[in-house]
Amino acid sequence: MTVLGYVAPRPKKWPLRRLAGLAILAALLVFALLPLVIGGPDPLKQTLRLALKGPSAADWFGYDHLGRSMYARLTAAFRLSLGLAGVAVVTAIVPGVLLGVLAAWRGGVIDRIVSTVSEAFLALPGLLLVLMLAAIVPDQPIMLYVGISLVLWVEYFRITRALARPLLASPAIEASRLLGFGPLYIIRRHLWPEIAPILLTVGAHGAATAIMAVAALGFVSVGVRPPTPELGAMMTELLPYYEEAPHALLQPIAATFLMVLALQLIAGKDKP
Amino acid sequence: MIKAIFNRLLQAVLVALLVGLLTFVMARSLPGDLAYRIAAGRYGYDLVGSAAAAKVSAELDLGQSALAALGRWFMDLVRLDLGTSLVTGAPVIDEISHHLGHTIKLSAAAILLSLLIGPPLGIFAGLRPGGVLDRGLLLVSTALRALPQFVVGLILIIVFGLMLQLLPTAGHDRGGHLILPALTLALGLAAVSNRVARDAMLSVSRSPYYTFGRTKGLSGWQVFLRHGLRNVAVPIVTYLGIQFVYLVEGVVVVETLFAWPGIGHALVHAIFGRDVPVIQGTALVMGLMFVALNALVDALCHLTDPRRAA
Repeated sequence: MTVLGYVAPRPKKWPLRRLAGLAILAALLVFALLPLVIGGPDPLKQTLRLALKGPSAADWFGYDHLGRSMYARLTAAFRLSLGLAGVAVVTAIVPGVLLGVLAAWRGGVIDRIVSTVSEAFLALPGLLLVLMLAAIVPDQPIMLYVGISLVLWVEYFRITRALARPLLASPAIEASRLLGFGPLYIIRRHLWPEIAPILLTVGAHGAATAIMAVAALGFVSVGVRPPTPELGAMMTELLPYYEEAPHALLQPIAATFLMVLALQLIAGKDKP
Repeated sequence: MIKAIFNRLLQAVLVALLVGLLTFVMARSLPGDLAYRIAAGRYGYDLVGSAAAAKVSAELDLGQSALAALGRWFMDLVRLDLGTSLVTGAPVIDEISHHLGHTIKLSAAAILLSLLIGPPLGIFAGLRPGGVLDRGLLLVSTALRALPQFVVGLILIIVFGLMLQLLPTAGHDRGGHLILPALTLALGLAAVSNRVARDAMLSVSRSPYYTFGRTKGLSGWQVFLRHGLRNVAVPIVTYLGIQFVYLVEGVVVVETLFAWPGIGHALVHAIFGRDVPVIQGTALVMGLMFVALNALVDALCHLTDPRRAA
């Protein structure tokens, strides 16, 4: 085996499933962001004579029990869920990867401390943690986001640490060190290319988890409070009208389903 | 094995510490006056006055310093005393043991039901990869996994409870009440376990020892019982452990949805009532339950796979 063969990058795989997931996600994003560009009805404005009005040619999405535009509420709820999930995943990646590299690099006491802390977070079911944090400061989406980040970082930490350990002991990195390259170069040149593709998979899973958690908390009325449009809370509000206005109840359900499905398609295989 | 037990014990202690710290921060940063909120929880929002709040405050010693309160909670915990509920005044441990019984009943039913649904279907699918059952299962389990549990529960309620009027949708006193919440949890668990069983069956049936079993003249059923079942069971049991997260989290939401008087329902209610000792106790018990379930799976793996015993 030549030295070149040793470092040869794996061929990039973009299976159809992943492309389909990306396409759905892109479509949802366009749908959610469109009202910001072209304007649209206010998600909080009530027009009671339109209450529970079904979809029509003019309003494809109909109105809810208070006569609020379902289109406006749905797009706003999409923005909230996707935004929270996106920010939570990104803020979980940064400390997760940094701590993972640090633990693998320095080992010893630092490794043990960080690993123990991550164990503690792992031993607590994620939703419980988010629920408790959401209870600390209710009515604040920021607490939901902090809670979700606190749950998600552990995964990045564990994966980065596991990947970085053998890499740091590899001949390639030894050579880099002997040549006098600093830590930043080694991270960028050797570690990042190995870690980055896995981040996409884990990140998509994490985003799906975040969306489900936000919806579940909204559903049990602990998360975002009404009248803020949120998918889980919308389902709770619209459940009593399932017979008169099934379209209204189905919309947040379909929205959650599509988002999570898209992210799972992107993530592909189950969690490593 | 001893190392595994030690690790789980360490995890249990860490859970206690983390829960204690979190709930402590929570109790101290609650918006609004704690005494007023607790008084509201006790006597109803209309009957709260400064007199009631003062009474509550004096009774519960709410004026003490933050650090003292945290220290006291941990000291009590060591003595296995979880304190008393701020709302009902009953010992937290009594309330929790009452709820825990219902939760264990629901969880056990859900696990059993999911084992009856998931692995058998997965094994049949794995015996004929690419067949109608295999593709159908893939479709259904992908769809189920993309729906949050409470949505699955909602759909079950609407279909079986409201449209067909077959099953009760809330409550707990009759046997039928268990079916829908247990089914909701079981479907979520089975959505994953059938895929695991399917992949395991596929790899086992393609293995040399399985082929040899067929070659030496065993029937399909015999070779499955002798060479297949145990090997398929190993990844399923391992996966059960990962699924417990799903179960413990699901219990919170599903119990609330079906008004099942378990620990998840109690937790959500305690959060509404700002009943801090109950929140602390419930979160602690749920965390410990989770650690215990994982330890149980470790032991089960150990028993199913003799190769690991070394």
